[in-house]
Amino acid sequence: MAAIEILDLEKSYRVGFWHQRPKVALRPLRLTIKEGEVFGFLGPNGAGKTTTLKLLMGLVTPTAGTARILGMDYDDPRVKAQVGFLPEQPYFYDYLTGEELLTYYAQLSGVPAKERSRRVTAMLERVGLTDSARTQLRKYSKGMLQRVGLAQAILHDPKLVFLDEPMSGLDPMGRREVREMIQQMRNEGKTVFFSTHILSDAEALCDRVAIIHQGELRGVGAVAHLTSQAQGKVEIIFCAASVPAALTALGVEARVSGDMVNAVLEEEKQDAALEILQRAHLRLISLTPVRSSLEEFYVQKLKPRENGRGAGA
Amino acid sequence: MNSRIGYVAFNTFREAVRDRVLYNLVAFAVLLSGAAILVGEISIDIERLVVVNLGLTAVSLFGVVIAIFMGIGLVSKEIEKKTLYTVLSRPVRRWEFVVGKFFGLTGTLVVNTFFMAIGVFLALLYVAHKFEKADTAVLIALYFIVLEFLIVCALALLFSSFSTPLMSSVFTFALFLIGSLADDLRGFARMTHGLTGALATGVAYLVPNFSAFNIINQAAHGDPVPGRLIAYNTAYALLYSAMTISGAVLIFQRRNLK
Repeated sequence: MAAIEILDLEKSYRVGFWHQRPKVALRPLRLTIKEGEVFGFLGPNGAGKTTTLKLLMGLVTPTAGTARILGMDYDDPRVKAQVGFLPEQPYFYDYLTGEELLTYYAQLSGVPAKERSRRVTAMLERVGLTDSARTQLRKYSKGMLQRVGLAQAILHDPKLVFLDEPMSGLDPMGRREVREMIQQMRNEGKTVFFSTHILSDAEALCDRVAIIHQGELRGVGAVAHLTSQAQGKVEIIFCAASVPAALTALGVEARVSGDMVNAVLEEEKQDAALEILQRAHLRLISLTPVRSSLEEFYVQKLKPRENGRGAGA
Repeated sequence: MNSRIGYVAFNTFREAVRDRVLYNLVAFAVLLSGAAILVGEISIDIERLVVVNLGLTAVSLFGVVIAIFMGIGLVSKEIEKKTLYTVLSRPVRRWEFVVGKFFGLTGTLVVNTFFMAIGVFLALLYVAHKFEKADTAVLIALYFIVLEFLIVCALALLFSSFSTPLMSSVFTFALFLIGSLADDLRGFARMTHGLTGALATGVAYLVPNFSAFNIINQAAHGDPVPGRLIAYNTAYALLYSAMTISGAVLIFQRRNLK
């Protein structure tokens, strides 16, 4: 069963003093996310990622279209008991302690009273906030708030978790922790739908990604497939203080770093290059085919619309 | 009460307590004890009158100010701070949230009024040295003040569901002032005819009739309060606030949380 089926969901607002001008936030979007999948929703700021998430969470009403979540209509109240949500740059009631906040959310999520305390304690431990459980949230750092945000999103053991820019504004350690938590969610069999504009995070975590730009879906693909496509080039790393002239004559792009050289060349010139290295008695460190990256896919999908209307998904 | 409404209400109450809203009680206690001592020194035979008048007016004023200033931020602040997102992404319906907020705010005001009422009665005891049967009118006046708070809270919540805190406070305060003159408005409406008369009558009956809740003078003089007025005021306050809250729910239900 599909975890999420977005069926031509569309949103436009009316802006201006008299609300006379329509502003399209999301063009008809059709997308299916499978159960157990970690799905990345990529796009630059203002692309329509947050609007899509808000539509799915029922925080804004669609202009047209609908969606089905876990086999139910997206606005069915039963859906929300099985869904967790972390908004972008989340704000919480800062007069509450971490423990009180999670207890409040557990109450609202319908976690049975006898289970609540155990669930809250376990969740605080899981996100490493046991020592700050009784500290008011106004004294939490940004990273701690993000962790408590993740805790509230999975507190009620949802089947599906929506995360809006979960790594935004975090330091490298914070990002790593969030990445590990998403991995853990995947291992638990949860479906994770997260928006981001940090491609390395998406590449490391996602099974599939969708790219959205100016409110329009530009492409969908499996990360493993996108990053395994050979580009007809190889990368050679070898020990040398400078690039041998014969190699330069082959037309390689080379970069010297200390006593190492990193060279990229066409696949058909690979044998000739290896022979040159052998003749010059230079030690080969590695030879790897150059694969396309998610970044290339991303840039390629964003490009056509920059110059005018054209290619889509 | 639906348990989710109860949780939202309790959290609203907790916010008020932690935001030190109840600290106004200290100012109230200082004001009232100072007045009681002063009145005891300078007035002869009218101490009770002065203390009841001053005490009840202060209870009403403090409460209305709290109701407006807390009420106007109840929904708009949650939207602005985005705290609402994580609440409404749970199995909480929007109407439950609005009603919970309303109960939380009225709960805060009831607790606040309870402590202020104790202050009024202590001041009364200080100047009169004993309680009298006529003091029951003071209790009823306090009850009417609480009913008045219900309506003010509902109005603040209604405006808060679609307007900015500043505009909400202006609208609510304006309605409170107009409502306090509702009797005069109704008198004016009776004197006018034609379209103006119809408009004036419409406005006079649409604005909340706060003047019906003001029996401070009667209570100060120890006059009895008819049971019919208690029943009428109770029904009126419940109906008016229920309708206002329904309006807030209708507006909030359609609102896009951008």
